[in-house]
Amino acid sequence: MFGKLTWDAIPFNQPIPFATSLGVIAVIGAIVLLVLWKGWTRYLWDEWITSVDHKRLGVMYALLALVMLVRGFTDAMMMRSQLALAAGGAEGYLPPEHYNQIFSAHGTIMIFFVAMPFVIGLMNFAIPLQLGIRDVAFPVLNSVSFWLTASGVLLVNLSLFIGSFARTGWLVYPPLSELAYSPDVGVDYYLWALQISGVGTLLTGINFTTTILKLRAPGMGYGRMPVFCWTALASNLLIIAAFPILTATFAMLLLDRYLGFHFFTTDAGGHAMMYINLIWAWGHPEVYILVLPAFGVFSEVIATFSGKPLFGYRSMVAATMGICVLSFMVWLHHFFTMGAGADVNAFFGVMTMIIAVPTGVKVFNWLFTLYGGRVRFSSPLMWALGFMCTFVIGGMTGVLLSIPPADFVLHNSLFLVAHFHNVIIGGVLFGAFAGYVYWFPKAFGFTLDERLGKAAFWCWLVGFYLAFMPLYALGLMGATRRMQHYHETGWQPLMIVALAGALVILLGIVLTGLQLYVSIRTRAARIDRTGDPWNGRTLEWSIASPPPPWNFSTLPQVQGADAYWGMKQAGREAAAQEPEWQDIHLPRSTPVGVVLAFFATFAGFAMIWHIWWLAIVGIAGLTVTALAHAWRVDSEITVPARDIAEHERRRQRP
Amino acid sequence: MSEPTTTAKAHRTPGKGHGSVAGYLAGLGFAVVLTLTSFWAAGTDTIWEPAVPILLAALAIGQMGVHVVFFFHISSGPGDANNFLALLFGVFVVGLVVFGSMLIMANLDANMVPMDKLMRMQR
Repeated sequence: MFGKLTWDAIPFNQPIPFATSLGVIAVIGAIVLLVLWKGWTRYLWDEWITSVDHKRLGVMYALLALVMLVRGFTDAMMMRSQLALAAGGAEGYLPPEHYNQIFSAHGTIMIFFVAMPFVIGLMNFAIPLQLGIRDVAFPVLNSVSFWLTASGVLLVNLSLFIGSFARTGWLVYPPLSELAYSPDVGVDYYLWALQISGVGTLLTGINFTTTILKLRAPGMGYGRMPVFCWTALASNLLIIAAFPILTATFAMLLLDRYLGFHFFTTDAGGHAMMYINLIWAWGHPEVYILVLPAFGVFSEVIATFSGKPLFGYRSMVAATMGICVLSFMVWLHHFFTMGAGADVNAFFGVMTMIIAVPTGVKVFNWLFTLYGGRVRFSSPLMWALGFMCTFVIGGMTGVLLSIPPADFVLHNSLFLVAHFHNVIIGGVLFGAFAGYVYWFPKAFGFTLDERLGKAAFWCWLVGFYLAFMPLYALGLMGATRRMQHYHETGWQPLMIVALAGALVILLGIVLTGLQLYVSIRTRAARIDRTGDPWNGRTLEWSIASPPPPWNFSTLPQVQGADAYWGMKQAGREAAAQEPEWQDIHLPRSTPVGVVLAFFATFAGFAMIWHIWWLAIVGIAGLTVTALAHAWRVDSEITVPARDIAEHERRRQRP
Repeated sequence: MSEPTTTAKAHRTPGKGHGSVAGYLAGLGFAVVLTLTSFWAAGTDTIWEPAVPILLAALAIGQMGVHVVFFFHISSGPGDANNFLALLFGVFVVGLVVFGSMLIMANLDANMVPMDKLMRMQR
């Protein structure tokens, strides 16, 4: 009846996961009770859960990412504290099989469920506004994407309470992840969660590529698109090209595990190296899927806060598209030491050095944008400056690792761990936070507290250096990644410094939460009525904050790059007579996304635990829901012209 | 509408519309012929044997071309630049991954102890 699922799956005898699970259940229960008690159910369902508005979905993506950041960071704190303790003969407090799950979950969650949703959330929110359009190309698909991502999040977190997570590292390399060596459900949790959320990501890629190529405001040619839209285009092209590789690779591993295939096994002609080859053919583009939109955010922020157009717009675009292509030609550098010969290693090593060139072009463009500008040191710019200093260090250690002989010495060490945290935290995460503080006033109509925001930034920056510079040194001293304890007591002081750094980052996260709380409590005093708090350059700042559901009451006529800056220079057409307002058609809210995710979650859970009847129910539910949606008759609502006129008149009044 | 000039029609309206019934039927015809030819080629003695895989590859590429032109309606016309570039990018990435994987997998054991030697060492 319940497949492999028995009471043994609940970790009654493991205090840490059990207590955490109870805590999480209590928090979720409290939130549900609060919603019911306050009568918010209707509002949440109508305005958020079934919403197909790209702005709402963007906010929900960012919220999901922030919650999962806390989850992933908890894993990080456990690892750092374990390693600060487990020196010499000490064993620390985390048993090896639990520690292995923690580092696997940390990597999986931070990449797939923090970095990806955060970046996709920023794209969701900002791209239609920057392009001067009313929605993305496929609004309902957008909602489906979000809810499928949420379904993946739910499955990964369920593994904490029911069963266990993978003990294999974040990319579940075979043969360890094969049934023979990982017979429990951990790897299945990983695979099904990522297959479901991967479908969502692929749909997002199709949606945004179509939006950017096909829907732009009148007059916005490719040469006038904001750089964030260009980087998002490159990122979404990479999603379309790379995510099918991930899905196919996981599908082959699933066939191995469920139906006795031999794609990656050690016997019957299987070859585990093929998995590692394929997973990195996805994995390296994934790095750029994450970091290119962050580069776009920094380009917008640096131009805005320097009061200047971006230096070298065309070279920035060329560098972005160059990285988009080159990112598919370097993947072997993730497994230099796994047996390839000198010729192949040398080729991929050189390609890796080459990809640093367009990235360097970008750094110089940002520097020259700042040079001679009227620089305002607001918190978005602080994140951008912190990024430039930090990311260059990470980039240089990356070029060092791209030299195969050096990689033979440094691979699998904490040096590598320090390098990729250096580029992911210093690049993607700082970019996500820069975008968060930059677009927050646009999303909610009031500004965030600057003092707390800057304090959070400094904690993140200082905490990052304290936590990861010691890891570079430890890596050179020979400390390997994924170790649960070590005998070399000489490493312990640096491990304790790294723990201190993680604690400073913890303070940064607390301050970020506090900033949000304080800003919401004092929002009456910090309302932004202009819609343009930063003196921005792109179209999203030309409309009210928060934007109305239809974004633009009349579609903007774009006259050049930095469209809104040009409009401001030419003088607002406020004095002109009121335009002829027209009815606007908007996509109707639909629960199809959340219903699909509901069935997908059950189907995934059933597959993980081999509950075949439930899997059939889940898949049937998915099919019926999709078909029912395909036969819908009424998919649009009309906003009458007088509502739009009312909105605009209210905005004109001071 | 009855004349089989569907390719010309597809070229006249690049990327727009969804073609005509005649166009789809012609595409289906080509696809079926190419498929049957592949099955015939795999089992025949009339062709010099080492040439069979090459013929199969050529037929497969032709099959993809039929799908692209008759079913996806992608042409190289001026109004179809986005679709054409997207197709080129896709072909480029697939080519990179396939040939890159072949290169990597073929080169893989260069730094490994050969299996027979490993067996002797373990003895």
